[in-house]
Amino acid sequence: MAKPKVLVLTGYGINCDLETEFGFNLAGAEADRVHINSLIMGEKKLGDYQILAFPGGFSFGDDIASGKVLASKSRVRLGDGLREFIERGSLVIGICNGFQVLAKFGVISDQPASKYQQRITVTYNDSGRFEDRWVWLKRVSKKCPWLDGIDALYLPVAHGEGKFFADQNVAGAIQANDQVAFLYAKPDLSAAQGEYPLNPNGSLSDIAGVCDPTGRILGMMPHPERFLSFYNHPRWTWLKDDLRRKGEPVPDEGAGLKILKNGVKYFS
Amino acid sequence: MPARIEVRFKLEVVDAAGESTRSRIRSELGIAVDRVRTIEVYTIDKDLSAEQLDQARQELFTDPLTQDSSLNRALGEDFDWAIEVGFLPGVTDNVGKTSKDAVAELLQAGFSFEESVYSSRQYLLKGELSREQAEKIAARLYNPLIQRVQIKSRQEFLESNGMEAIVPKVKLPASDRVDEVSLEIMDPELEKIGKEGILEKKLADGKTIRRGPLALSLAELRIIRDYFREQGRSPTDVELESIAQTWSEHCKHKIFAAKLDEIDSIFDNCIKKATQEVRKSLGKNDFCVSVFKDNSGVIRFDDQYHLCYKVETHNSPSALDPDGGAITGIVGVNRDPMGTGQGAKLALNFYGFCFGNPYYKKQLPTRDREGKNPILHPRVIFEGVRQGVEHGGNKSGIPTPWGFLIFDDRYMGKPLVFVGTMGLIPKEVNGIPGEEKQARIGDIIIMAGGRVGKDGIHGATFSSESLHEGSPAAAVQIGDPITQKKLHDAQIEARDRGFYHSVTDNGAGGLSCSVGEMARESGGCEVDLEQVPIKYSGLAPWEVWVSESQERMTYAVPPEKLDLFMSVMKKHDVEATAIGRYTDSGQCVVKMRGKKIMEVNLLFLHEGLPQMTLHSLWKEPKNQEPELAEPSGEELKKQRIDLAGRLNLCSKQYVVRQYDHEVQGGSVIKPLVGAKEDVHNDAVVTRPILQSRQAVALSTGILPGYGDIDPYAMAECAIDTAIRNVAAVGADPDRVALLDNFCWCSSHDPERLGQLKRAALACYETARKFRAPFISGKDSMFNDFKGYDPAGLPIKISVPPTLLISALGIVPDSRKAQSLDFKFAGDLIYVIGLTRAELGGSEYFAYLGERDRGERWIGNQVPRVELDRALPRYHRVFQGMEQELFSAVHSVGMGGIGFGLAKMAMAGEMGAEIDLGMIPTEEGLKIQELLFSETQSRLIVSISPEKNRRFEDIFGYEDFALIGKVIPEPELVFTSAGSEFTRIGIRELKENYLKTLGW
Repeated sequence: MAKPKVLVLTGYGINCDLETEFGFNLAGAEADRVHINSLIMGEKKLGDYQILAFPGGFSFGDDIASGKVLASKSRVRLGDGLREFIERGSLVIGICNGFQVLAKFGVISDQPASKYQQRITVTYNDSGRFEDRWVWLKRVSKKCPWLDGIDALYLPVAHGEGKFFADQNVAGAIQANDQVAFLYAKPDLSAAQGEYPLNPNGSLSDIAGVCDPTGRILGMMPHPERFLSFYNHPRWTWLKDDLRRKGEPVPDEGAGLKILKNGVKYFS
Repeated sequence: MPARIEVRFKLEVVDAAGESTRSRIRSELGIAVDRVRTIEVYTIDKDLSAEQLDQARQELFTDPLTQDSSLNRALGEDFDWAIEVGFLPGVTDNVGKTSKDAVAELLQAGFSFEESVYSSRQYLLKGELSREQAEKIAARLYNPLIQRVQIKSRQEFLESNGMEAIVPKVKLPASDRVDEVSLEIMDPELEKIGKEGILEKKLADGKTIRRGPLALSLAELRIIRDYFREQGRSPTDVELESIAQTWSEHCKHKIFAAKLDEIDSIFDNCIKKATQEVRKSLGKNDFCVSVFKDNSGVIRFDDQYHLCYKVETHNSPSALDPDGGAITGIVGVNRDPMGTGQGAKLALNFYGFCFGNPYYKKQLPTRDREGKNPILHPRVIFEGVRQGVEHGGNKSGIPTPWGFLIFDDRYMGKPLVFVGTMGLIPKEVNGIPGEEKQARIGDIIIMAGGRVGKDGIHGATFSSESLHEGSPAAAVQIGDPITQKKLHDAQIEARDRGFYHSVTDNGAGGLSCSVGEMARESGGCEVDLEQVPIKYSGLAPWEVWVSESQERMTYAVPPEKLDLFMSVMKKHDVEATAIGRYTDSGQCVVKMRGKKIMEVNLLFLHEGLPQMTLHSLWKEPKNQEPELAEPSGEELKKQRIDLAGRLNLCSKQYVVRQYDHEVQGGSVIKPLVGAKEDVHNDAVVTRPILQSRQAVALSTGILPGYGDIDPYAMAECAIDTAIRNVAAVGADPDRVALLDNFCWCSSHDPERLGQLKRAALACYETARKFRAPFISGKDSMFNDFKGYDPAGLPIKISVPPTLLISALGIVPDSRKAQSLDFKFAGDLIYVIGLTRAELGGSEYFAYLGERDRGERWIGNQVPRVELDRALPRYHRVFQGMEQELFSAVHSVGMGGIGFGLAKMAMAGEMGAEIDLGMIPTEEGLKIQELLFSETQSRLIVSISPEKNRRFEDIFGYEDFALIGKVIPEPELVFTSAGSEFTRIGIRELKENYLKTLGW
């Protein structure tokens, strides 16, 4: 079985591209980092790939609003190519700034992705601050292939604009459609109910990530690519010793890798 | 007619920026405002149709779900005061620039050189406020050095239909002016040129306007005069400015290079010499690759990569514009690794801030005698600097895990803002050693990245002066991280494909220094100055040549690779321009439209600066000693809780969380650790190469309080602290590199020089004994503020002599790293190292003094390092790490064992039972000395009981003792001679620890 090919987008202040590429390679894919202008100029073609990743970062410095300018550029310059890519059943993931782009581009909403209609958004944290901290996530959607075998995850968020927001009926449709990928939760996976810092940004209904109606396009604020190694965990020095004292093995992989592996598995 | 697009959050959506402004106004000014809402304003200065503008408004500037917007119509409603803040002409406006590019892309409509988009922000205040209060609030919301403000009452706002559309375009007459500056003048006149600058013009009333300090001494100016006398001509202003930049304190470190008493340069004979001797003694284990010759120091990491590291300061600009100064600082120091060898990929950022008390309540000193121009409040500086580093680091995608904050009111006039960046260089780039660079004859000089404007003119000479009333606003720049991130990515691609021979950054002195420096590699250069892309017209040639406009790198590109190089830049949307070529003429030649405006011999330019001769004086201070009465258990408990909340010891979580410390995915030991991830660790550990388990540990030592007793001890202890901190997380003590940053004051004063000499001598002796080489460093010698106190009397606020030591250690296997939190009840707690009566300069003395007499005690018994014992001890710690013996390791620092145990307990949210009598000490210590002495080279560890034999085997010859055990209850229980002495709840401690800066 040939390894699925992943296009990891770069350029204009995207900055989680290297670890996203590394993660997909670790997960068994063949990942390339491709500058958005290489796609626009036709040096690289979406058609050669099965998975497209919009990594985290500060595209265009978050100027005007996070993800807004890259979303506008993508719609103007890549809209048709991306539609074709999506319609042939490919996978797309947007992490942090990538999610902000997909939301504002209109790729992820309660409507089919190819409509490019913005119906959800990601905006300023209620705290008014950028924050880097780890949060508990409860997996919800049953149809999103990226989430196979995951019930809960502990992952870092690092953003100033991560608050999920939508009209009540759009949010309702997303929930009814089984499009909620992750909810911010308490460590015991009960609902965060908006409580800070469990829900770190004031997201509507604790929503941390959503997928499109097909489930193949995932957008999430937390960073799975920052937990590829067990030793990324903020309390691994305790966990390692605890496992040893219980006579259990110490893992090498971080739990975030599972998401990327699921993407690869989908094409295997 | 410019168009104004206004955007605001819908009323039902939280306006986070407005809300945080409201709470700032309340906490910083004590003014209660009912509500603050913000409006983002984009002023488009370009002829576009109403349809085009409306398309941009809707599709680009407005989020349809959360925002409303308008075109050429004021949105403000339901408010009492409106304040709008925009930039002054020529100030970097990142949002405006992005908006311009985005509008061009969306509408497929190019902007001419004259057209642009400008951003501003409107604050709508609701509440019963007087005009005076509104003005006071406005003064907190804008900085007159870089911004303009409009304030309108609701009535005024309605009458004028909102705010005016202001286009802050730079309008200057075109200028090709090059002056000849005669130096054949009387000495007082010559001195004036050095102090106040070249004459710009004479006014009708006889007054003269000068261009700002060249910071050249009379002796230096005479040498320049003699050089041009030999040439048979007078220098041009371009030449004189260029020499002044190259010979500035900032670039040439004249004081460190001076003959100081019997020492012929403390740089050569203390810092560099220590490194030379250490390298020799390390023999084949020498890990230095390129030190003290490039923009950052380079050491070996593994078979494929080298690490390079540089720490800079950006103090003077941060005093004037904290946000702009700090962002320029961090984005600026990024370019040092980028400009090292073949150019590094940026892997880690570092920050360190020294501020006045953010809760300072007295009236502030002013820059002017009339009391109208106060210095910025420490809290304003804190917030601005914090934000500058946040935006600079986060937007560049570089993790910023390690940093510190130190508070002392002597930092009020000039804060110290340390910023550092570590990068990775491949060991070999296309067959060339990664640390090498060599511009060749015929190579094209390329300037890439940003454009040149008036920003930052005289920055290099400015930093050689103390701040005063006339400090130039042109010295203020604002960094643009995205322009630089694009340049960084493009550079790595060009490097890996071998498209350039050499690279360096444009920092202090701009092109004059970067091109002038690189010209030494080939032996000459010739620049066509009219080719340099400028932000706006009206710059005189000398300004283009010395401007420090940010985000620029200079490359030497072989002609046959020029097209390939340019295509990489184009792909990354980076502007790159050929501005000349490298030659072997031995001259630095600059032309303007074919006419030679500079021709200076390179040897003279770089080596012509005469060595200064300085004399120093050292007087050992005799400070008053506080009396230490026997405290009750209850009193001691109170003191310990108070200490945890002190500014210098308390949690800086507020800052740490706003810096992305995990981007790039290599974070191993984070800045905050423990059960709740909220207590500061001694050091951080990061894997810069995700494929490798090897990691780097980063920490610092900075103890200005000790310098008040003896700068020798300050330096010695700072080095021990930095090394001990990285040892505590698992770094190999044989692979620790050091960086020195001296921030001194009044460096013409013999007594200050005496302090400097002692610190430098200590650096030599201590680094040698630790076998830890200095690989890079920087000094900033004039951190003084001269102004007036509230009574109008002249005052000078000088920073305490401050030495920052940074340590970069290699952790061979990151899986064996450790953190300081207690983890398991029943684990044994050991103290390694003897405690002595060393409370001099301690945080405890400072606390007692401030509490009892309103001013810190200093004392005299400053900690000293037992140099022969420290390194072997850290080797044993490393041995223990390798064998995974420890379940927690803490390097005891400020606050002593008392605060050290508290940190381990607060982090683990578990308590401990400690037998005070077991702590190994010298004879006859008082309990305060036992608990709060800051004796160096000590560690506290916890280990699982079954490992204690192995532990004791390793540490057999050390002063160590089992002092207690970890308990599940959240309290620290201290016993003495078998009975309980005091008991302190962890929750209470932690509450105080988190509260002080828990904004």
